[in-house]
Amino acid sequence: MSSVAPLPSQTSSLRMIQVLGGIAMLSGFLVVLTYQLTLPRIELNRQRAIERAVFQVLPGATTRRDFLVDDDGVRPAGEGGGGTKVYAAYDADGKLKGIAAEAGARGYQDIVRILYGYDPACQCITGFAVLQSTETPGLGDKITRDAKFLANFPLDARLAADGKQLANAIVTVKHGSKTGPWQIDAISGATITSTAVGKGLNNSAQVLLPRLHPHIDQLKVQP
Amino acid sequence: MAGRKRDDIITADTFLEGIWRENPVFVMLLGMCPVLAVTNSVMNAIAMGLATTFVLIGSSTLVSLLRNVIPKQVRIATYIVIIATFVTIVDYVIQAISLDLYNALGAFIQLIVVNCIILGRAEAYASKNRPLKAIVSGLGMGSGFTIALLCLGSVRELLGSGTLLGFSVFGAQFEPWVVMILPPGGFFVLGAWLLLFNWLRERKASPEMKEAVHAR
Repeated sequence: MSSVAPLPSQTSSLRMIQVLGGIAMLSGFLVVLTYQLTLPRIELNRQRAIERAVFQVLPGATTRRDFLVDDDGVRPAGEGGGGTKVYAAYDADGKLKGIAAEAGARGYQDIVRILYGYDPACQCITGFAVLQSTETPGLGDKITRDAKFLANFPLDARLAADGKQLANAIVTVKHGSKTGPWQIDAISGATITSTAVGKGLNNSAQVLLPRLHPHIDQLKVQP
Repeated sequence: MAGRKRDDIITADTFLEGIWRENPVFVMLLGMCPVLAVTNSVMNAIAMGLATTFVLIGSSTLVSLLRNVIPKQVRIATYIVIIATFVTIVDYVIQAISLDLYNALGAFIQLIVVNCIILGRAEAYASKNRPLKAIVSGLGMGSGFTIALLCLGSVRELLGSGTLLGFSVFGAQFEPWVVMILPPGGFFVLGAWLLLFNWLRERKASPEMKEAVHAR
């Protein structure tokens, strides 16, 4: 510190507090300013990311409405109350194309969060998109690119006769040993991530679909 | 360190020393955490390099402007607050530009706060020089860092995915060397670049410099 102006040998505590306080206030101002300026863009990006994922898992859809699902039935989102959020997607004629919902399960590194599409017409899962994943690049991220893995979809998700659970639990099986349309053939080299996809889908579908199905007509009407 | 020069003249060297003679990655070996972690693709390397450059320039400017106001007892705390401010700004701006990019860089944006290049430059250079000189030097250091990240990122993406900036280079037959985009690949490629960089420096050095290098 030789080249700066000579400092008084004893800097008073008051002066240190003044400088630190002043700089902290300046920092706070800059951070809040940036936050306010970027917030609309960030919100828009988040909305777009979900929208893109919804339309990706339900091809042909052009508009969407958000609903909340719980034990008592289905309500449009925005009316308050809790429940699982689902996105109903409609095609250009206003016909229900399908329903998208979030699922997640622990993969190799962290939770793999996906959004999957459900088609009530065929009672099947049409596909999925990854919302968040920190899986090994080149291995775990194959779940979005591997043609053989994507051929697992549409995946059978029929409800059992009593309507309280899936007729066949969705399960990931070892590469090359798939026998039923409700099974997911794992990618060899990315078994843990493949299993996470199956587990996530099963956990979500087992709970969500029995609740959703009795009220499906409610979703078919578009405002 | 060049900070010992007392003059305020800005020369080409003020900018260039960050790129070559005092390159933060290849010469000073600073900031290794983002260097190894986010260089698995060219896009990530560019984004990380630009983010770091912005923080470096911003914090250098503010530290340099306030260099006569900050009491030396609390200088490190002050620098950290200033650096953290610019990192938070970058964090928001990247989220506003692209969420995909933000997800790809993960926690490493926030970790720019503890990147020792930035604190090192604030302490060793910005706090001793006039704002304009600090900005030019910060720009040079930032460019040096970005170039280094690009060197690593391009090799790792080329060998690890067979692509460059997402475009396929070797065609469909190419089997990617997956290890290159995993952490060990970062060490291999960094080692190779350090070897090349030091060999070039040694070749370029004058005879007496050469002796000094060997004596070390």
